[in-house]
Amino acid sequence: MKADLSQNELLLDVRGLKKHFPLRHGLFRRSSGAVRAVDGIDFFVRKGETLGLVGESGCGKTTAGRTIMRLLAPTGGEIRFNDPRLGWVNLEKMTRKELLKVRPNMQIIFQDPFSSLDPRMTVERIIAEPLVINRVAHGQELKDRVAELLRVVGMRPEYMSRYPHAFSGGQRQRLGIARALALNPRLIVCDEAVSALDVSIQAQVLNLLEDLQSDFDLTYLFIAHDLSVVEHISDRVAVMYVGKLVELAKTDELYYQPRHPYTEALMAAVPKPDPRRRDRPIRLPGEVASAANPPSGCYFHPRCRYAQAQCSKETPQLDEISPGHWVSCHLAKGLQLRGILA
Amino acid sequence: MSEQAASASADRDVILQIRDLHTYFFTDLGISRALNGVSLDVPAGKVMGVVGESGCGKSVTALSILRLVPRPGRIVRGEIVLHRLDRQGGASQMTTEVRLTDLDPQGREIRSIRGGEIAMIFQEPMTSLNPSYTVGDQIEEAILFHQKVDKAGAEERAVKILDQVGMPNPASLVKRYPHELSGGMRQRAMIAMALSCTPSVLIADEPTTALDVTTEAQILDLMRELQAQIGMTILYITHNLGVVAQMCDTVAVMYLGRVVELSTVDALFYDPKHPYTRALLHSIPHVGSRTKARLEPIRGVVPDPYTSVRGCPFHPRCDMIKPGICDVRVPAPTVGGGDQHQVRCFLYSDLEETIYEG
Repeated sequence: MKADLSQNELLLDVRGLKKHFPLRHGLFRRSSGAVRAVDGIDFFVRKGETLGLVGESGCGKTTAGRTIMRLLAPTGGEIRFNDPRLGWVNLEKMTRKELLKVRPNMQIIFQDPFSSLDPRMTVERIIAEPLVINRVAHGQELKDRVAELLRVVGMRPEYMSRYPHAFSGGQRQRLGIARALALNPRLIVCDEAVSALDVSIQAQVLNLLEDLQSDFDLTYLFIAHDLSVVEHISDRVAVMYVGKLVELAKTDELYYQPRHPYTEALMAAVPKPDPRRRDRPIRLPGEVASAANPPSGCYFHPRCRYAQAQCSKETPQLDEISPGHWVSCHLAKGLQLRGILA
Repeated sequence: MSEQAASASADRDVILQIRDLHTYFFTDLGISRALNGVSLDVPAGKVMGVVGESGCGKSVTALSILRLVPRPGRIVRGEIVLHRLDRQGGASQMTTEVRLTDLDPQGREIRSIRGGEIAMIFQEPMTSLNPSYTVGDQIEEAILFHQKVDKAGAEERAVKILDQVGMPNPASLVKRYPHELSGGMRQRAMIAMALSCTPSVLIADEPTTALDVTTEAQILDLMRELQAQIGMTILYITHNLGVVAQMCDTVAVMYLGRVVELSTVDALFYDPKHPYTRALLHSIPHVGSRTKARLEPIRGVVPDPYTSVRGCPFHPRCDMIKPGICDVRVPAPTVGGGDQHQVRCFLYSDLEETIYEG
């Protein structure tokens, strides 16, 4: 799924990525199948863009993010990263040691600002840690760099000697962002980075992420379940369902002219902050399919109101049905689906 | 005064009346004034939303109504009155008043009201269901406690109520344990439990916050449907303005233990008065609005609960502050823009509150 992009415009290119977790049972821990958390996904991320990755709990979006970061070893597929110094590298083939060279350029911000900071480390040590490990700075220079990072995320450098417990959720999330920025990365994976925050604090952190993106030329893979936030921050959005990508398009296209029935249901379900627009949700019968035992054919077919015989037999492929718009649905071309405004 | 007369005539439509409620927590770090004079009339048969950010007192209000405020918290002042519906007396006739604040929190009377007349749904369906009892046992427990039925009758009623909340296969479901259900089904079970004794008031504290968006939409749809069928009153606590817009008839906006604005849901979104309400609405991304306008965060943070702010509690973060007034005096709730719309702000009135220092 290359479209007509030159390789130079891309930062990340993921092809057929799989991450299965084996299920083991019994005395001899015999393998009895696997949870296919990520089951063959393809997408690329352009330099400087924000790609939103949405889906409901258990759809594999967090696993996808962590596998791309090589925090988890992929089961299959390719993760190609355009490193500013090394050029294109295949992350899935790299050893731990080799990865150390690439790691400074890809960082992650976690959801929970309470558990992702070590309570026994001062703010200075938390933010300095990546700089020390990578031998970027020491002594006064290190201190200056930490102070600068704190200023960049809108916090006072005097806070350096405090511990995480002294800060609110929003401030802790800023500390997590400062730590991610320390090594001047190219790609930042934001895994539900604003989900735990109150709305007014969420707005501050979203604005900060946008400012940092333009100031430092950052690229975000923005993983979230909140469709309002994702619409706000993303240039393009990918939708996951049970380990697979079902649709990927420019944000406006995906929200206003979805082509996959699951995306349509998601859009209808978003609670719109407008009492004059109360629409009834599309009822999805049953539950999200199990990634350990997915249904035949299209994984969404048991819940899809448009499903036909073909859908339970053949697995649809992610096809580009119009420039830059990928959908994995047998019926995509014939369906007229409701967007978020309808 | 005319206010007395007005409230007497309004009594008929008000099911729950909260007056000047102060709930404080007496901790080792000092006194945390969780509720600092909450006054609220909950209209009967409607859905009233309570919104605000963490720490504004939404949940403490709910716990105060049910007299479940945990120690070291305590209601120090104010009253909560339940206008009890006389079920024999025909169409919506309120006969008795129960002063919930006068009841013994462990006493027989409040226990018959809890889960009977006033039921509550909590945010976390995982932690509010007991893992060692079946779903059926837990629903039947409430029915057996509050109603005069035998075990078989209770089970029959439990199956019926599970069916009503849209659970597939309710007869086999009563025999299952909470861990066997998904998040959405657990929340439906919680709703079933809350509805099992046909309460007149349902307090829903962030009932869909932990759920996925498609499940959330179904639960909201279900609650709206049941509300219309049964005609019960819902006090819906949430921080999600989208959910408020979709669910509620009227809305109370809380900030630091006070109701700062009270209005119809339409007026709240189309004609918000209080600077805090306006700021909240500007700080959220408006999904489907096609505008990529920059969000406007509220400056500063919610002050820590142990310090008391002099003057209007919102003044340190307010862009419309009138120096010498807002930082000195506390505004009283004032009527503005139709009698449904109340706001506590010196932009609209000079009315001042007499401060209670307890």
